Amino acid sequence: MNSQNGSKPLAVEARDLVVELGGVRVLESVSFGVKQGVLMGVVGPNGAGKSTLFNTIAGLVAPQHGQVLIHGHAPQRVRGPLAYVPQREQVNWRFPLTVWDVVLLGRCCKIGVVRRPGRADRELAIVCLEKVGLLDKRLALVSQLSGGQRQRVFVARALAQEADVLLLDEAFSGIDVGSQEGLVEVLRTLRDEGKTILTATHDLTNLARRFDEVLCINRHICACGPPSQVFTPAVLEELYGAHGMLYTNPSVEQGHGHHS
Amino acid sequence: MDTIVNYLADPFQYGFMVRALVASVLVGILCPLLGGYVVTRGFAFMGDALSHAILPGVIAAFIVGVSPFIGSVPVAIALALLIGFVVQRTGVSEDTSIGILFASLFALGLVLLSLNDGLRVNLEDLLLGQVLGVSTADIFVTVALAALVILLLFLFHKEMVFTSFDPVGAKVVGLPTAAIDYLLVALLALVIVISVQTVGIVLVMAMLVTPAATAYLLAGRFVGVMLLGAVLGMASAITGLYLSYYLDLPSGAAMTLVATGGFTIAAIFRKRTV
Repeated sequence: MNSQNGSKPLAVEARDLVVELGGVRVLESVSFGVKQGVLMGVVGPNGAGKSTLFNTIAGLVAPQHGQVLIHGHAPQRVRGPLAYVPQREQVNWRFPLTVWDVVLLGRCCKIGVVRRPGRADRELAIVCLEKVGLLDKRLALVSQLSGGQRQRVFVARALAQEADVLLLDEAFSGIDVGSQEGLVEVLRTLRDEGKTILTATHDLTNLARRFDEVLCINRHICACGPPSQVFTPAVLEELYGAHGMLYTNPSVEQGHGHHS
Repeated sequence: MDTIVNYLADPFQYGFMVRALVASVLVGILCPLLGGYVVTRGFAFMGDALSHAILPGVIAAFIVGVSPFIGSVPVAIALALLIGFVVQRTGVSEDTSIGILFASLFALGLVLLSLNDGLRVNLEDLLLGQVLGVSTADIFVTVALAALVILLLFLFHKEMVFTSFDPVGAKVVGLPTAAIDYLLVALLALVIVISVQTVGIVLVMAMLVTPAATAYLLAGRFVGVMLLGAVLGMASAITGLYLSYYLDLPSGAAMTLVATGGFTIAAIFRKRTV
């Protein structure tokens, strides 16, 4: 699990993380590593600590014990390389910004306080919008886009930030299947360009197709690795109790949805 | 043609009307610039609270004999800090915290006023505004504070926008989101203090919210909301001032009703469906 093999430094590494929120222990000695250029799905039941894990990696929550390293450094020192795609309900959709405005926010810290985006920033924003296929929507208000398009706007913002580690919390919630595939397509292209992407998801049925590696978490790490190796009946039962057995049935994997 | 010009120019043969016009235009521009944030972030109740809560600061300033600006700005900023403190400390909701502090500070102001009978302060002027009583010194202070507010809004625009739209994302990239929000509330306090003389404590809300809300219905982007709001606010202020001159109406009330008229028209022909 703690992959020290290979010369490349880990893009994301968690070392013995313990996180308590309001006196409740949410994460229990969580350790794992993600190599650069990996598209990783993070799964676990509700309350398993997925969001807390993402918030800890993003530097929003301080662990009681242990540490997170991004390319070998503490996250406070490497804010630029790390980008966070918020959950839908964390965003103030009443605030009227166009797609273009949101992507340029990615340049906010690079530009520096008090200054305005310049020509180089605008050119980069165009490239980022092309990568997520939304250049023609740049003048639309983000609040008027579909859920999948909104996620792609935030991915473009992450690219404009020149981040190479992307955290997507609940990226697929409330998005129709077609848009989910579009988003996965974009994430795969970025993975191929060397970005490291962590995506929390509830959707177990498409995990094996969508992700290179899967991190199973239920307050502690249950398993971590390629989907084919990770999804043993024992791991599924640890994650979801007896209901987990549903997902080992291959017919369900292609299937039409699931209980959760 | 000449009669129209006369009609428009007539009020400004008086110095106090010229000062009233300058003050009204400044308030009309400033309020909606902040109002864009008030409308999109749900700060309306906070704005109302700020405008009432500065009363003890204003009265204290009169007692000491300094400009009301000096008394009210610290009170407004203290209120903003206290709201968060009470929420953190007790776990009550933010609007409960605002309600408690807003009422108590206003009450404190009334008590201070009644304990100091000798004060030459007209409570009605404070509540309803007395734009005709604006002095030249007031104008200078107003211009200086307005310039400061606009400068800060301009300098920290992208940080304030980022924090308002996506507070979590802004925090992740390392923006000091709490400090940015406090700056926004401090600017809100400044604008309210500037505006109280013109439109009064009770009607500051109208200039803060209504033109910006109208612009929100008509403009696409946030920058458009700010700028169109400023234009509408200025138009409401000027029109309201004329109405108050010719129809002998209270100026704050006239400005408010003109702004509301604009909102009503925009609501009928609105582009946005929120």
